[in-house]
Amino acid sequence: MNAARPDPQLDAHGRLRHLLTVEGLPRELLIEILDRAESYAAAPGARREKLPLLHGKTVVNLFFEPSTRTRTTFELAAKRLSADVINLHVNASSTSKGETLLDTLKTLEAMGVDLFVVRHEASGAAHFFAAHAAPGVAILNAGDGCHAHPTQALLDMYTIRRHLGPRRDFSQLKAAIVGDILHSRVARSDIHALRTLGAREIRVVAPRPLMPAGIEALGVRVFHQLDAGLDGVEVVILLRLQKERMVGAFLPSTAEFHRDFGLTRERLERLAPGALIMHPGPINRGVEIEGDIAYGDPRSRILEQVEHGVAVRMAVMAMILGEPSRLDEDSQPAATPAARPRRAGRAAGAPAAPRRRRR
Amino acid sequence: MTRATESVLIENARLLDPASGFDGTGYLGLRAGRIDYCGREAPLAAYDETIEARGLWALPGAIDLCARLREPGATHKATMASETPAALAAGITALCLPPDTRPVIDNAAVVVRVNRIAKAAAGAYVYMLGALTRGLEGEALSEMSALKQAGCVGVSNALAPVASTRIARRALEYASSLGLTVHVVPLDASLAQGGCAHEGPVATRLGLPAIPVAAETVAMRLWISLVEDTGARVHFGRLSSARGVALLESARARGLPVSGDVAAHQLFLTEEAIDGFDAQAHVLPPLRSETDRQALREAVRTGLIEAICSDHQPHEADAKTNPFPLTEPGISALETLLPLTLRLVEEGLLTPLQAAQRLAHGPATVLGIPGGSLAVGQPADVALIDPQTPFTLAPERLRSSGRNTPFAGWRLRGRVVRVWCGTR
Repeated sequence: MNAARPDPQLDAHGRLRHLLTVEGLPRELLIEILDRAESYAAAPGARREKLPLLHGKTVVNLFFEPSTRTRTTFELAAKRLSADVINLHVNASSTSKGETLLDTLKTLEAMGVDLFVVRHEASGAAHFFAAHAAPGVAILNAGDGCHAHPTQALLDMYTIRRHLGPRRDFSQLKAAIVGDILHSRVARSDIHALRTLGAREIRVVAPRPLMPAGIEALGVRVFHQLDAGLDGVEVVILLRLQKERMVGAFLPSTAEFHRDFGLTRERLERLAPGALIMHPGPINRGVEIEGDIAYGDPRSRILEQVEHGVAVRMAVMAMILGEPSRLDEDSQPAATPAARPRRAGRAAGAPAAPRRRRR
Repeated sequence: MTRATESVLIENARLLDPASGFDGTGYLGLRAGRIDYCGREAPLAAYDETIEARGLWALPGAIDLCARLREPGATHKATMASETPAALAAGITALCLPPDTRPVIDNAAVVVRVNRIAKAAAGAYVYMLGALTRGLEGEALSEMSALKQAGCVGVSNALAPVASTRIARRALEYASSLGLTVHVVPLDASLAQGGCAHEGPVATRLGLPAIPVAAETVAMRLWISLVEDTGARVHFGRLSSARGVALLESARARGLPVSGDVAAHQLFLTEEAIDGFDAQAHVLPPLRSETDRQALREAVRTGLIEAICSDHQPHEADAKTNPFPLTEPGISALETLLPLTLRLVEEGLLTPLQAAQRLAHGPATVLGIPGGSLAVGQPADVALIDPQTPFTLAPERLRSSGRNTPFAGWRLRGRVVRVWCGTR
């Protein structure tokens, strides 16, 4: 009965309306996001100039979970696009006043917000906000429970793609995702992104209490031994182990986890030559990764990932709030010169369309 | 829905009597709240009203083994006055209320109060399960003897855990010495804790906290072990898994006094129904895999599962207006119980007579109450239904206060034409 459920994140023309999850997004759209992010990435040493694309738009970072780096990169991304940005950290106190999530959304919406960047501890929260948002109000998922963290996956793909060589082809890539797969929204989004981009093999590596049932259905190979899981892979994505899960409930101890599932110098030998080491941060030194590998090893891309986060988030915001993207050039006649679709590369200096497209 | 003093003759209906096994066209007479005639030939006696019912089915009113009416305690969701007439209009002439009302049904005074409200609501007859432990807290036995005296037809701890296996064993012994059946929703509290979806590929993809099948089977094995020890009678309600069905089957094969029921939605929906975070399909125990659904259907077919219930849980809209894990589980299901069961007939799984058995006679047997029969002298609990004309389920047209259903838009059959609730 649910066969024909439409994807809520795409509009009738297949354009990005919200970004809730990587699952179900077409390959061309992912590549378009990555291409656009590339056009926003500042050349090393260049002066960073603000782009006027989202001038007059209001972006609210609505975070129900504490976050520093993700919230900061979203804020930077929105500011570099000239949007007005408001950061809201909502904790339990407002819900104890009797306000529901829906009330929070509707109240803020009434203040004229164009885009909500939402993080919430419940899986499905972004879908919930998207289902209840007024027409023309967009939702960008910054992490919902254990479900999805699409911009993290996109910046991971961006980071990987930079190292794929001139053909930028994922089809020979073997990647391993290591750690707490069960609770990881990053793992799920990375798996969808790698699959959509055509990676040859995606491995997930974890002790069984941290491996969700039926994960094979997502198109991954399951490993419970790190050494075997790392063998010959070109990309290792390490996941953060939440403190409350380290001791007792899921694992005996962090020391044991590090011994069996930590990335150590010794284990680096198993990787393919020129492999990349990635981690969404913040890292637990001496747990997921031996301390000095994180920043000391040339294979580590952990800081690069953070840097790419801004460009990728700019790209997504610009595509949702800004001008129509190139996917619809054929189907959407331009009404006015200002609303004429432009190619991603040229969009940079262009003035923003006066009114957002109708949804 | 007729006064007990009236007499009615239903002519030329297809009569389905699961108690006697009769399935044929005939005459059914109701008088003074009792069944007065049932046979192929026209009766000699005169009746106040005659109903020509060619093409319709007359069967015993459904007896719903689990329906929450939200009163007392949660009247913002529904009330007896809204729910029992909704049940009756849906062909359910009697239903069984679990004890997790507020206050909990753990003493005779609450039973009297609930009875009073139910009577005033003037809908389906309300039976009650008393609490197995005081306040459903799982620590101390409730006054089960007083509860039985007051009219409870069984005892249960509903969805609340019992603190220890020792308490469970003593409660079972005590209940059985009173001749009370213990109704168990098998769900191990620690394995189910925090979960909202079946542990499997869909929950994994959606990142939802999962409830493994073992939550059901661990609880069943525990209670079955205690039944082996005590010989007490246990009814397992709301089974959800193939492995749970297998456990029931092996216990039955060994002659243990256990029985089982299933909620109608478990026979039609699987974990796939929650895809897209559809909170209307958030139920407890969760919707499981296609293999589980098929095993439940097969058990309903063979009669191993002898009752289909609604597991009715009406909610206000807000209860489902949240991200999936934060929504309240449950379906407003009174008005889909009969149509979904009839769909099993349409799909060839059950004969019409078997459907009537699972809806009425099976549940009556589990509860040890009259009903589920068209025999002369039985209460005139009868539903006259149109098995043919299809309708589209529209939540806004439900009589229940709860509009929460995942079956919106389904094409169903089995509208109730008339229903009679007899005297007990």
